[in-house]
Amino acid sequence: MKLLSCLLLVFLAATAASAADVDVEEAAPVLVDSIAPAPPSGLAAIDYVDNSDEGDKITLSWTLSPDDGGGAADVAGYLVMRGPAPDSLSDTLCLLGEGFDRFLDETAEPGVAYYYGVQATDGTNYSAQITAGPASGRANFFQPSRASVLALMLAFFAMVLVFTRLAERGADLFVRRIPGLNAVEEAVGRATEMGRPVLYVPGIGEIDNIMTIASLTILSHVAKITARYETPLIVPTARAVVMSAAEEVVKEAYAEAGHPDAYDPDNIRYLSDAQFAFAAAVNGIMLREKPAANLYLGAFWAESLLLAETGYEAGAIQVAGTAMVSQLPFFVTVCDFTLMGEELYAASAYLSREPKLLGGLKGSDWMKIASIAIMAVGVVMNLLNVTGFVEWFRTQ
Amino acid sequence: MRREIPLAITFLIGIFMLVDFFVPHYRVSAAAEEMKQWGTIVIAASILLGVGNIIRVHYRKIRRKREGWPYSIVTLAVMAVMLGFGGPWGTIEEGSAFNWMFLNMQVPLQSTMFSLLAFFIASAAYRAFRLRSAEASLLLIAAIIVMLGRVPLGQWLTRNLPEGAQLQELAEMVMQYPNMAAFRGILMGAALGVMAMGLRVILGIERSYLGGEK
Repeated sequence: MKLLSCLLLVFLAATAASAADVDVEEAAPVLVDSIAPAPPSGLAAIDYVDNSDEGDKITLSWTLSPDDGGGAADVAGYLVMRGPAPDSLSDTLCLLGEGFDRFLDETAEPGVAYYYGVQATDGTNYSAQITAGPASGRANFFQPSRASVLALMLAFFAMVLVFTRLAERGADLFVRRIPGLNAVEEAVGRATEMGRPVLYVPGIGEIDNIMTIASLTILSHVAKITARYETPLIVPTARAVVMSAAEEVVKEAYAEAGHPDAYDPDNIRYLSDAQFAFAAAVNGIMLREKPAANLYLGAFWAESLLLAETGYEAGAIQVAGTAMVSQLPFFVTVCDFTLMGEELYAASAYLSREPKLLGGLKGSDWMKIASIAIMAVGVVMNLLNVTGFVEWFRTQ
Repeated sequence: MRREIPLAITFLIGIFMLVDFFVPHYRVSAAAEEMKQWGTIVIAASILLGVGNIIRVHYRKIRRKREGWPYSIVTLAVMAVMLGFGGPWGTIEEGSAFNWMFLNMQVPLQSTMFSLLAFFIASAAYRAFRLRSAEASLLLIAAIIVMLGRVPLGQWLTRNLPEGAQLQELAEMVMQYPNMAAFRGILMGAALGVMAMGLRVILGIERSYLGGEK
């Protein structure tokens, strides 16, 4: 009880002391900040172009107030206003924090002219307002930030078409030897000698994957060879549409090779959309049907090594090709031959030697030289502190 | 006409998709989005083709008693069970038989397949790192630097070496310069290959993916 009384006394004394402190503070003169920060400058309002442009966006940019981060360092934020005339900016759009020098107005009506005003504030006082306008949004028909892509693409297409034309006129276009593609016929020949089938896996990409399209063009050539040698060709697929396309490709190839009767529809198989179920099923085919040649050409992910290592253990000659950079080391390690990146896309032209297709290859080669030259110029420009050139290539 | 109509559709859609990349107008974007949705719907509906293929291939295998035909019975039976439970009682609803079988049978089986990858990597790495040629030796040296440089043991082993010669720094250098240069080189070549292939497909120069070249 004694202890409790003591505690109560201490509490009352402390409360009285703190009350006395408040009284002392309240009695002191209050300093009120009545000086507004310096205004920002250079306000610009322009139509903003995005990737689905409805003309409802206007972008604002300005130079920060001298008191933002420097000077009196009292800027707490910026007030952005909008209106139909410079003297009637009645809509408050946003109160931004300090350090912000741009704002995207996403509420503009397409085609309506707006004026914008920006003021710096310290939380109490507002600077003079700077204004810009009129600005209006419109649905644009060109994305300016992609001009560099368009220019390079047109240059590339022009090169491809020029070389295609040259090839059609009989120009001798040199294409370096690609051992992986030379090995395809060798692999099919080996399978024929051993009386065992050829396994062709077009990856697990969907039909809209360009690697799958490239794979189907190679499949057409492989099917012609197997048709000629009368060697069974097994094509397991992970996508139903790819299976359907592969059926057409192989059937046509057998017909073109003059062996339509050798085509077996049961060898074009849809297995599963599930990645590892597909891998397990293909591994099963390798171990049960013992193909002598395994060709993995297309888009592959983590199943690449599961397939290639099983094929290696089964003793098959293996040729792989993909543009999936992360899977290339696995294929290089395990397979006898690997087509790396662009070689997969070059396969069709290389195998057919058709002038029109070879033109595309030469166009790519020249574009590579042009790309290297552009990069070298960009490096030199940046070293000279001229950033415009590199900035032009920055895309949205 | 069997060849011309698909080629014409490919040309028109291909050009339109290119236009969509450069033209930001919302009407163009909306039309392109609509087309992509059609593509998704067509692909989703094509699963029926896949089911038809599975039934046809395995039915013939059973009928002709080809090697391993009992497995085909298992495949068809399992597909029938999944379809049977999935149709009337739903697929992704919690507690449904389909969902239970998916989570307790298919998922563990797939995880098992994925986990095998670690062993496959070990056996493939053993073969790759055997000193057979100058290239294999380089690969082995680079692999040792990178693998040791990324674990505490490597850092501990070279802790007394001067800065710049420690394993973690050497590993970072291998990854940042020679590895990155090769990575980007392949990527750029592949990107140009994609563009050339795309142009050939759009213009109908490349047509063997449609079945035959004539």
